[in-house]
Amino acid sequence: MGILEVKGVNKRFGGLQALGDVNLSVAENSVHAIIGPNGAGKSTLLNCLVGKLIPDTGSVMFDGQSVLGRTPHEINQMGISRVFQTPEIFGDLTVFENVMIPCFARRDGAFRLHAFETVMNEQSLVEQAEEILTDMNMIDKRHMHSASLSRGDKRRLEMAMCLVQEPRLLLLDEPTAGMARADTNNTIDLLREIKEKRDITMAIIEHDMHVVFSLADRITVLAQGTPLVEDIPEKIKGHPKVQEAYLGQAQ
Amino acid sequence: MLGLDKRDLTLLAIVAVLCLCAPILLNPFPTGSELAQFNAGYPDLMQRFIIFGIFAIGFNILFGLTGYLSFGHAAFLGVGSYATVWMFKLLGYNIVPGILLSLLVSGLFALAIGYISLRRSGIYFSILTLAFAQMSFALAYSVLSPITNGETGLQVYGTDPQYLMGPDSPNIPHLFGLEMRATHFIEVGPWLWQFNAGYYFCAVVMLVAFYIAIRIFRSPFGMMLRAVKSNQQRMRYTGLNPRPYTLAAFVISGMYAGLAGGLMASMDPLAGAERMQWTASGEVVLMTILGGAGTLIGPVLGAGMIKYLENILSKINDSILHQWFSFLPDGLEDAAVFMIHPFIGKGWHLTLGIIFMLVVIFLPGGLVEGGQRIGRLFRRRGKASDDAVHPPKAAPHVGE
Ligand SMILES: Nc1ncnc2c1ncn2[C@@H]1O[C@H](COP(=O)(O)OP(=O)(O)OP(=O)(O)O)[C@@H](O)[C@H]1O
Ligand SMILES: [Mg+2]
Repeated sequence: MGILEVKGVNKRFGGLQALGDVNLSVAENSVHAIIGPNGAGKSTLLNCLVGKLIPDTGSVMFDGQSVLGRTPHEINQMGISRVFQTPEIFGDLTVFENVMIPCFARRDGAFRLHAFETVMNEQSLVEQAEEILTDMNMIDKRHMHSASLSRGDKRRLEMAMCLVQEPRLLLLDEPTAGMARADTNNTIDLLREIKEKRDITMAIIEHDMHVVFSLADRITVLAQGTPLVEDIPEKIKGHPKVQEAYLGQAQ
Repeated sequence: MLGLDKRDLTLLAIVAVLCLCAPILLNPFPTGSELAQFNAGYPDLMQRFIIFGIFAIGFNILFGLTGYLSFGHAAFLGVGSYATVWMFKLLGYNIVPGILLSLLVSGLFALAIGYISLRRSGIYFSILTLAFAQMSFALAYSVLSPITNGETGLQVYGTDPQYLMGPDSPNIPHLFGLEMRATHFIEVGPWLWQFNAGYYFCAVVMLVAFYIAIRIFRSPFGMMLRAVKSNQQRMRYTGLNPRPYTLAAFVISGMYAGLAGGLMASMDPLAGAERMQWTASGEVVLMTILGGAGTLIGPVLGAGMIKYLENILSKINDSILHQWFSFLPDGLEDAAVFMIHPFIGKGWHLTLGIIFMLVVIFLPGGLVEGGQRIGRLFRRRGKASDDAVHPPKAAPHVGE
C-alpha cells in the first residue's frame, strides 16, 4: 500500500475525457514522476487529489483516508501541499509574510483568531521561515513584494511555502518551468536534499527530462488521460510506447 | 510598549496629542474674524470627526484588509444608536450600558448579515450587504416602529422607566455624573476654545479603537486578512479557511460601526432610521478610500476631511463670497462669486466629488499616499545618499 492510492479515477469535461480510469500508487518516501504530453491530464489528476476537482468516479486515498468530499484546506491539513503550474502566491504580501502564513496554518490549523499577537513575536515561526528562505537562497529578498519577483523566484517562493509546512506528500506541477538552467539545477539539488533529510513523499509533474531522471524513483507516463506505463526510470527511457507518446516532444 | 513597535507607538502618540489639542488646533482663527467660519473647533463637529473616524477605522478593517466592500455598514451604526437610546429609556442616562449594548447588538447583527453575505464575494457581496441595510432601513420605518419609533425617531420621554436613574443623576447623557455636554470655555486674547466632556470621552474611545486596529493590522490575524484579499485560492491550499477570517473581520468592523452609533446617541440622545440609509453606508466607503484604504490613519483623515467639508463648506453662502471679493471691481466681483457659487453651500457635494475623483485618479493610496509622497520629496532633498542603505524595491510598511 502506498501513501497515496488512486483507483479508477475518471473525469470528463463535457465531451472531453480528461482522465480515463487512472490508477496510481505512490510509495511512501519516494519520488514519483508523472510525465506526458501537453493536455495529457496531469494537472487534472493533481486537481482531483487536492480537492479542486471531484472525480466523476473512482477513489483517492491518502494514508488510508479518503480525500474525496473534503475541502482543499482540510486536505492540506491532512498533509498534502501543492505547488501549482502557474505560481499561486500572495502577491500583495512580502516574501517573508508569504512564508509566515503556512507556518501559522501548520501550527494553528484552518482558523484562529490571533488578533492580539504580533507576527514578529512568534520567534520559532520566524526562525522556521528564515531557515527555509535561506535554504531557498531568497533570504535577501525577504522584504520584497512577492508580486515583483521573477517567475522563477515566485516558483521557488511557492515551493518554500509548501516545504515549510513539512507536508507528508508534496505535489509539484512543473516546478522548474520558467527557471534558468542554474536555478533548475539548484532546485534539483534542493529537492534531493529534502528527500534525504525529511520523511516526505513527492509526486512531480515535469517536462524537463533532466529533472525527471535526476529525481524520480518511479515514473508514470500519462497520455490522453490514461496511464500508459509505470516503471523505474531506466526502463522508461527506452520504452517504445513512451517514444510514441512523446513523438517529437521532449528529448 | 503596549505591544507596538516604535513606529506605531509614535503614530498613536501623535494621534493622541492631536486629539488632546484639537479644540485649539481646529480653531486657528480668532473669533469674530472673517476667517472664523473656517474654524472647526466646536464640540458637536469635533465629536462628529471622532465618531465617524471610529466608523471608518472599523470599516477599513474589513475593506482595507480583506478587500470585501460592504455597502451596508450604516445598518450597524443605526442598530448601535437604537440600542443605546433603549438603554437610556430603560436604565437611565449613564452612557456605559448603552455603549456596551450597542457593541453587543451590532456584533450579533453583523454576525447574521455577514454569515449570509459572505457566501458571495465581489459585487454580489456588496449587493447583499446593501440589500440587508436597505431592508433594515425600511423595516425601521414600518414594521419595527414599536422598537424604532418610526419616522419620529427613538428618543427618551418623561414616562420612560429609567430604572437605574438616581434622584440626583443628570437628566441628560452622562458618564457616572460627568455630563457629556459639559463644556469648559477658555478665552485667550481673541481666541475662544471649547473643551467639551463628550468630545474627550469620544476621543478616548477612538484612541482605544485605533490602538486595537493597529494591533489587528500587525497580528497574524491581520496578515491572514490581507492574504484573503491577495489570493484566497492559495490560502485554501495552504490549509486555511478564508470564511471564518472574513466573517470575524466583518463582525469586528460591524462592532466598530455599532460603537460609533452608540457614541452618536450618547452625544445626542436620539436615533433615527436615516442613519441606516445607503447614503450613510456610501459615505464611510468614501471616507476610507479618500483617506487611504488599508492604511491605519487614512480612514480617520478621510472622515475628518468629509465631515469638515460637509459642515464648513456648506455654510458659506453668496453674501459671504461677496464680502471676500469686495476688493474687486463690481463686474469682476460678481463673476468671481458666480464661478465659485456651485462649489459652496449645497454645492459642497460637487467639491467633494471633484476632490474624490482627483484623489482616486492621482493618489490611489488616498491622502496618506499624498502625505508619503510629500514626505519622500523632503527626505530625498535632505539626504541624497539615503537610498543606498535600503534594499532595492523594499515593500512599503503596511499601514503607514
Ligand atoms: N476546468 C476545466 N474545464 C474544461 N476542460 C479542462 C479543465 N481543466 C483541464 N481541461 C482540459 O483537460 C485536458 C487535460 O488538461 P491538463 O491541464 O490536466 O493537462 P496537462 O497534462 O496538465 O497539460 P500541460 O502539460 O499543458 O500542463 C486538456 O485538454 C484541458 O483543456
Ligand atoms: Mg498541467
